[in-house]
Amino acid sequence: MTHLLSAADLSPEQAVEVLDTAEQIENSLAGREIKKLPTLRGRTVVNLFYEDSTRTRISFELAAKRLSADVINFSAKGSSVTKGESLKDTALTLQAMGADAVVIRHSASGSPHRLAQWVEGSVVNAGDGTHEHPTQALLDAFTMRKRTGRGPGDDLAGLNVTIVGDVLHSRVARSNVLLLDTLGANVTLVAPPTLLPVGTESWPVKVSYDLDAALPKSDVVMMLRVQRERMNASFFPTEREYSRRYGLDMARVGALGPDAIVMHPGPMNRGMEIASDVADSARSTIVEQVANGVSVRMAVLYLLLGGKA
Amino acid sequence: MATSPKPSGSGPSQPGSSQSGSPRSAAPGGVRLIAAGDEISRIIDRIAHQILEKTDGAKDTVLVGIPTRGEHLAQRVAARIGTFAGIAPPLGILDITLYRDDLRTRGVRPLENTEEPDGGIDGKIVVLIDDVLFSGRTIRAAFDALRDWGRPKAIQLAVLVDRGHRELPIRADYVGKNIPTAREEQVFVAIAEFDGADGIVISPSTPDRAAAMELIKAQGES
Repeated sequence: MTHLLSAADLSPEQAVEVLDTAEQIENSLAGREIKKLPTLRGRTVVNLFYEDSTRTRISFELAAKRLSADVINFSAKGSSVTKGESLKDTALTLQAMGADAVVIRHSASGSPHRLAQWVEGSVVNAGDGTHEHPTQALLDAFTMRKRTGRGPGDDLAGLNVTIVGDVLHSRVARSNVLLLDTLGANVTLVAPPTLLPVGTESWPVKVSYDLDAALPKSDVVMMLRVQRERMNASFFPTEREYSRRYGLDMARVGALGPDAIVMHPGPMNRGMEIASDVADSARSTIVEQVANGVSVRMAVLYLLLGGKA
Repeated sequence: MATSPKPSGSGPSQPGSSQSGSPRSAAPGGVRLIAAGDEISRIIDRIAHQILEKTDGAKDTVLVGIPTRGEHLAQRVAARIGTFAGIAPPLGILDITLYRDDLRTRGVRPLENTEEPDGGIDGKIVVLIDDVLFSGRTIRAAFDALRDWGRPKAIQLAVLVDRGHRELPIRADYVGKNIPTAREEQVFVAIAEFDGADGIVISPSTPDRAAAMELIKAQGES
């Protein structure tokens, strides 16, 4: 594996290898005062963020630093990008500076694929437009595997995962559908018809418009953020209406099986797609997902960079 | 992995030059059996006794096995110390992959388990346990890893086989068997818990594992 551009790049074996590696890394650092490994000493990882994302950037930064890599954070704001520099020129500059890996977040779908053609180092897609966010899918799968009592070597065969909300604009949903299918889980998408992309009938998923019908059969419910910044058309009548039909509140949680978990990629709109008491309940894995994100990103960086000369 | 690193191609071949283990039987392809079955158990018993003696009854001592086979060896040594002294020392597992200095040249490898021993290693005598001691680079990486766990009082090393060819000034405190080898030869250690039978074989190149195991099992039964 040279790059991680899409969750679809991973074979079932490779996906399980990433999860296993993340688990072993987590075990090796558990209970340590100094959470640092010398594995990527002397390597340079560039975080190239054209879109604001504190959470993902910090997660990648921490992952790279815990593996002793040198980290350069590049934010489009206040850089030459605002003076009109193209992605290609930025890529060539990074290339000349000897970046071993570039972690890119960009509002344009497909930009990581273009970047991968211009740089020699590894490219990791940290979210491109409404397309994909593969490390988020990996950390979600890692969280599901741990929470459902599975361990090293296991996939997610037979796990019923319901993804609820704005699938249309969600790169998290796209990457999750691809990865969960690779790992053998059964995925159901629940959303208003206006927030489902064209072509979902060809995806390896079931589609439903009825959240209440889907909940009792779910082992995992993943709530997606309503992306207010992308709500530039009338996707649903009112926020209240959306919340009533597709929001997860305590009453709906009551319909879940005793061991079912609630996930959210964050940041949450409390009271909109998820009620505050659900987000803070024992079923919620939201904080755990953030912690798992660092382990999974360490695993990805190790697997991409560990063996390269 | 128990098979030693790739040969460098230097050094003369010294077939049959084993010091304490002249080949007891050979199979086609030059695979030689050095020890099998009960002999391995006796070696483990001896190492357990030596550790007890040198650490004053395994007081403030923890055993740390290096996966994969070193981990099983450590479990067995701990169990035997438990039998002889009445109390088994805490056990840890230490995968050194993330501390290797040759990842760049040899590529990534799957990670194995790591578990810190109960009570940590601060102020303790840590006995590292591995199957084969060769260049010493694995042990060097283990020193780095242990430093991240804490500050032990002392680090000792126990190995089932010392095959020579050190690249670093590292020496084992407890050696099951000294087996002088040519650099290009490969030493394969089989441990019952992992491989189905106990044994040590040497082969001129990367061994055919099935043939090696057949030889070990045949010897173990005889």
